[in-house]
Amino acid sequence: MESSNRDRKAKLLEIRDLYKAFPLSNSLLEQLQFKHGRLVRNRESVHAINGVSLDMYPGDALCVVGESGCGKSTVARVVTGLLQPTSGSIVFDNQRIDHLPPKKQLPYRRRMQMIFQNPYASLNPRMTVRQTLEEPVRFHNPGIGNGELKQKVEEVMASVGVDPGWSNRFPHEFSGGQRQRISIARALTVDPELIVADEPISALDVSIQAQVLNLLMEAREQRSLTYLFITHDLAVVEHFGSRVAVMYLGAICELADTATLFDTPRHPYTQALLSAIPRLNRDRPPHIKLKGEIPTPINLPTGCLFQTRCLYADERCRQERPALKELNDGARVACHGVEEDRIE
Amino acid sequence: MPILEIKNLEVRFPMRGGELIAIRDISFSIDRGERLGIVGESGAGKSVAAFAILRLIGRPGYISGGQILFEGNDLARLSPEQLRQFRGNQITMIFQDPMMTLNPVLTIGTQMIECLQTHRGMGRKQARKVAVEKLRRVAIPSPEARIDQYPHELSGGMRQRVVIAIALLTDPAIIIADEPTTALDVTIQAEIMELLLALCETHQVALILITHDLGVVSEITQRAIVMYAGRIVEEGPTRDIIERARHPYTHGLIDALPERTHPGQRLNQIPGSMPSLVDIPPGCAFHPRCEHVTDLCQTRVPGYTLLDHARVACHWVAAQEQS
Repeated sequence: MESSNRDRKAKLLEIRDLYKAFPLSNSLLEQLQFKHGRLVRNRESVHAINGVSLDMYPGDALCVVGESGCGKSTVARVVTGLLQPTSGSIVFDNQRIDHLPPKKQLPYRRRMQMIFQNPYASLNPRMTVRQTLEEPVRFHNPGIGNGELKQKVEEVMASVGVDPGWSNRFPHEFSGGQRQRISIARALTVDPELIVADEPISALDVSIQAQVLNLLMEAREQRSLTYLFITHDLAVVEHFGSRVAVMYLGAICELADTATLFDTPRHPYTQALLSAIPRLNRDRPPHIKLKGEIPTPINLPTGCLFQTRCLYADERCRQERPALKELNDGARVACHGVEEDRIE
Repeated sequence: MPILEIKNLEVRFPMRGGELIAIRDISFSIDRGERLGIVGESGAGKSVAAFAILRLIGRPGYISGGQILFEGNDLARLSPEQLRQFRGNQITMIFQDPMMTLNPVLTIGTQMIECLQTHRGMGRKQARKVAVEKLRRVAIPSPEARIDQYPHELSGGMRQRVVIAIALLTDPAIIIADEPTTALDVTIQAEIMELLLALCETHQVALILITHDLGVVSEITQRAIVMYAGRIVEEGPTRDIIERARHPYTHGLIDALPERTHPGQRLNQIPGSMPSLVDIPPGCAFHPRCEHVTDLCQTRVPGYTLLDHARVACHWVAAQEQS
């Protein structure tokens, strides 16, 4: 059912087979090692993303969840062009954008804007709220007149609840929630279609989180936005997301509609993750404990990336990496155990 | 008979042009083996309250009033030497970030042995044995090898286990845990919390858990205190607070959680944000954000209305109880 109505809509964003590795910057001398009596050059890198493919359709709120170090923020940064992928491609509105020269990327960058986690670091402390909001409009519309610019900024300020009285004040005069409101306004001034939000509410207090989340949902309705929402907070995902991608060690292990994922988590990692959320009511299922700890992304495990911690891993899991396979309710799971019906 | 009783505790920080009162009129007690949660948003004063119990408030801040009674001794008035019998010995603390708590240039063994030598007067050999035993109790694999490692060689979850093992070294009566899992991932958080819960139950250790996470409080504690702008606004059994909060702030806080609303619906939000401690509104500090505000709330600080096993600082609740 998921695929049928989606096929007709054009994809807004397509991530194909994305890989990103960060070389560990050792000097040449440090890289040289003796192996079997010969001098070998041994280059190490952190494998942050290991084969991620995702499609996003207009109106989606796709949440990417995972624990720290799973590569979710790197995905956000590669999509917005802040990082270059090692291999793979980013296709935005039928145009491959990752290999375009920076000048040619500009029109696409306007159509996707980013909101960052820490509103204390993402606003320029020496720019007033007005300057902060005007800069992106000027940058993307070089010929814009002052009257039109002012009108645009005021319209956005009113719609996200940024008081006109704040215009000439500086970021340090505002609380975290107010600053995040300003960052959201900044992202909206250029009328983007896709918002990439990297943990936009994690740095905020509970009562403020609700305010900002409501604001993001309102903006989605009023401006028909599409969200790529990066978070570690599963309660937020359940509330906000239309689809969820669960990441582990730089790869997607499960991708499904939010309701499907929370009702019937398939992948053993998703099951463990969901069982670990602290809940207000006490009648939640017992916590599923995983073996050991997340391996370092420098030396990836062979076979399935999750096999070192999986309770169901067998010989095939240790040899062969599972691909994302679609099940009959539209959920996609990368797990040999689920495919072979070994895991409930 | 409570093991620790805090009476009217107040902490001030001198500032240019006046003094900032970080916490005021804090009174609560905890029984042997009880688990108490202190909840609040950032700036509510929950960490200051915890630090004040162990007299860890850094200068220029100071305890400007009140008593901290541990088995009849007022910790607020003891000399530093006398205080050492209790701090780090009878009452220990677990901090938020294990990387900041552990000394990076000493092995974890050195740090553990040092603690036992100071507080228990043990010899190195015996102290090492006790340390290994405690590491085993917090489920660290091969503790005999781990004890000689440095903090950076351990993962975040393992480091926090070490910190818990250190807190357990002297078999304390009370552990104060200040956001012990905030720096950790959810799956690790669940493990650490389960461990902490099991240890407190088997050893009859009282736990004061400071956190902003209502889910964690709900799962771990028996009683909870809610703080707002430096004061306790509500106290009661955790279940009652989660299910039937009386104070409008507590109620709003719990209602604002995504799990309290159907997916995709607008979340319930409390308007505004917590006031800065330098300009706390007159009367009830919560009144500018409160939906039940009356004239009285704007002028008079509410006293505590006592309910069964609970208390609430709110004029609106008081009026309801009277009628």
